[in-house]
Amino acid sequence: MEKNRIKIEIDGKDLECLEGQTVLEVAIENGIYIPNLCYHSDLKPKASCRLCIVEIKNRKGYFTSCSTIVEDGMSIRSKGDDISKLRKTNLELIFSQHQEKCHDCIKSNNCTLLKLADKYNVDINRFSDRKSDFKEINFGPSIYFDPSKCIDCKNCVEACSKQNVGFLEVKEIGDFYQISPSEKINRDCVYCGQCVVHCPTGALQEVDSIELVESMMANKNKTVLFQIAPAVRTSIGEEFDMGYGTIATEKIAAGIRKMGIKNVFDVSAAADIVTMEESEELIGRISNGGILPMFTSCCPAWVKYLEFYHPELIPNLTSVRSPQVLFGGLTKTFWAEKKGIDPKNIFVVSVMPCTAKKYEIIRKENLVNGLNPVDAVLTTHELACLFKKHGIDLRDIEGENMTPLFGDATGAGVIYGSSGGVTESALRTAVHKLTGKNPESIEFSPFRGLEESKEATVVINGISLKVAVVNGLSNAEKLIQILKENPGIYHYIEVMACPGGCIGGGGQPLPTNSTVRKLRSQGLYNIDKDKKKRFAHESDLVKEVYDQFLNNEESKHKVCHTTYNKKEKENKYE
Amino acid sequence: MSEIVLKIKEANLLGRGGANFPVWQKWQAVISNSGSEKYIICNGAEGEPDVEKDEFIIMHYAKELVEGIKIAINEISAKKAYIYLNHQYYSKYKDLLLSFSEGLPIEVVEKGKGYIAGEETAICEYIENGFAEPRQKPPFISDKGLWGKPTLLNNVESFYYVYKISKDEYNDKRFVSINGDVVNRGTFELSRMLTIKEMLLETKNYPEFDFFVQVGGGAEGLIMLPSELDVPLSGCGAIKVFNRSTTDLIKLMQYWADFLNKGNCDKCVPCREGMYRISEMIKNNDFNQKKLFEIFDVLEKTSFCALGRGASIPFRSLIEKLNFFEKYGKE
Repeated sequence: MEKNRIKIEIDGKDLECLEGQTVLEVAIENGIYIPNLCYHSDLKPKASCRLCIVEIKNRKGYFTSCSTIVEDGMSIRSKGDDISKLRKTNLELIFSQHQEKCHDCIKSNNCTLLKLADKYNVDINRFSDRKSDFKEINFGPSIYFDPSKCIDCKNCVEACSKQNVGFLEVKEIGDFYQISPSEKINRDCVYCGQCVVHCPTGALQEVDSIELVESMMANKNKTVLFQIAPAVRTSIGEEFDMGYGTIATEKIAAGIRKMGIKNVFDVSAAADIVTMEESEELIGRISNGGILPMFTSCCPAWVKYLEFYHPELIPNLTSVRSPQVLFGGLTKTFWAEKKGIDPKNIFVVSVMPCTAKKYEIIRKENLVNGLNPVDAVLTTHELACLFKKHGIDLRDIEGENMTPLFGDATGAGVIYGSSGGVTESALRTAVHKLTGKNPESIEFSPFRGLEESKEATVVINGISLKVAVVNGLSNAEKLIQILKENPGIYHYIEVMACPGGCIGGGGQPLPTNSTVRKLRSQGLYNIDKDKKKRFAHESDLVKEVYDQFLNNEESKHKVCHTTYNKKEKENKYE
Repeated sequence: MSEIVLKIKEANLLGRGGANFPVWQKWQAVISNSGSEKYIICNGAEGEPDVEKDEFIIMHYAKELVEGIKIAINEISAKKAYIYLNHQYYSKYKDLLLSFSEGLPIEVVEKGKGYIAGEETAICEYIENGFAEPRQKPPFISDKGLWGKPTLLNNVESFYYVYKISKDEYNDKRFVSINGDVVNRGTFELSRMLTIKEMLLETKNYPEFDFFVQVGGGAEGLIMLPSELDVPLSGCGAIKVFNRSTTDLIKLMQYWADFLNKGNCDKCVPCREGMYRISEMIKNNDFNQKKLFEIFDVLEKTSFCALGRGASIPFRSLIEKLNFFEKYGKE
């Protein structure tokens, strides 16, 4: 149904907007800044920080603009001494429950709280810190929660429940309700990091791996190499004010080299190998009556979700490893041998848009010759921090190519970072495998775009493939419920835990919202469009690796495939 | 307008939970809502300290109360009615109320924890999800209440008087709990037209010593001086008398602060953090007037719900009317 356009006025400015919008949404759309902290466009308005108060003509009192629906003819005042004074006191109260630990805060670069403190001349220490003795905790190796910074907006609780995970809860402790990890045995964190994405104050952020990586960089006995995930290249620029969706692939490589690291690999190049293996497995399952639908496994939060909440569906997961893990294994075997380096002395650092990838690298199912394929994961945000620590500003740096061959990805490998990209890459290659020719149309448009769930039937050589692509774990859960009723309706299902896929991941720069996700995704598809090679099977790395190393089942099995196991609750606290 | 709604309107029955909202308007809003599934909540949370009038009604007039709810069930074709009672009343009167509810779609529900669990949207949230946190208004519950359906919520006393109105026996009375430093504490049914002073006199409770009263409840009620009592009682039916020379004002404020700090839902900043800071100042007897009045200001003007907006009332009125800072002196 088409929504009616209505007219309102904010601070004397006449504006047109749609019925059903909130005052704050209209203000944001029109570039009018109304201070807010707990608002996030992905979530329901909480109206708990009470900073976005406005006055509405002919109504008594003040109203939070995030939760007030516009009405035709509404006249709104968002500024004034009275409003400023109230905002100031509420900010002082917010600071009284938020310990300033700015030096290592994910938000320090772009902290709304500090900006507002400045704007409203707030004495941030007017009240003593209520939460100074609150203890920090980690969720697995992925997420760090410092409740002394939490302002109790509960955005994380909604984000977690939106993922159908429900690990974060509100618990009554003393006179207060507090955000706490669930004690329930059937609730556990899957490490997706959507709580981090939606936290306004940096109370939630990734577990820091910078220190470990720096110590290894300083260790002369170690060959440290970096491998960069697809989604990092169109988001890291945000940390350097380069705009949303700006492509920074070469600048990342140059920045890493400037820190003294020679080898910069592209995880997208490994994604091409994943595409080869996964399309092979899918064709195999279909022609040999294997278990269907086959689920993708590149998203470790999704894998953990399945292992914990639906272990009965483990057989549906492709056995192919995720690109970063596969690549680490390949580096510590094929590449190590080529270079004559003892794999024990190689330290592989992945740069990922993801917090769950920190968990994926410690999975014991992935060991290769007793070694972890990947030794550390830095999030996109952490790499930006590392750059800044080394005085590297991506805006000023001249781009360089990644390491030849291991840094040469096809367009198919790059679009892995956006929801639907894995599917599109697999289909491009599956068509070639089944018909001997590349598909006429390279773009599989039904799987593009950031809708939460997409599906289509693809006919290849007379075989009809019913494919579904979902992002967001509650959408995956919906699909699982459909499968319980109707197990045979899909052949292939791609699941990414985060909205929009990896570009919306828990390790990405902040803010992340639907507009930002769209631009990051567009950036990836633009890279694909401009690539000479857009099929995984055309990659030089793929050709060389299959020719020289992955030419036997044993190597393939060791490096490319893995197993999964039912998981018990991992995060228990005293 | 139906006969009973018209009668309620003519009787000018105002909600007896404390907000004084015309009862007929609530009924009419739910009746005229086109939704087919409708609910009723009879609010017997009685969460304010020192208010016992709902208990008095349940204890003595349970049958009439259920009759009042029954009228509403029929009038709005409600799918179900919930009698929502605090822990104590629930354990004491559940069976009594159910014994009069036979054949009616009535369920007796135990109130959630905390003072906030008596607020109407928090009640809906609690019945639905087991977590008492207020909802954004609008939508009002007459439009989207329990499970998003039109819901009629009235206080126990309001339903009782609906029954009396239906029998043409309503004579403009109200129930008032009177306690504190008085001789005859208890709940009395008094004419609504009486002033507070007359209520105290009529119940033989007017003190001979210097005193002040708290009107409308033992937490968020307003402090009033003897010279201010020539007005009718508005808000919730409760008067608490304090002997001015023997009352420890700090202890009294500490009691309110602890009660509100514990009983609020912690959703919004001014109430969660503001109440905590008020309580801290009282506990340490270390008042900063500027801070204190700024907190009152954000509580009154920016709190999410009525509980927060009303939380400053007792403190502000006590401080202003009893010259608190002149006595206690500290800046």
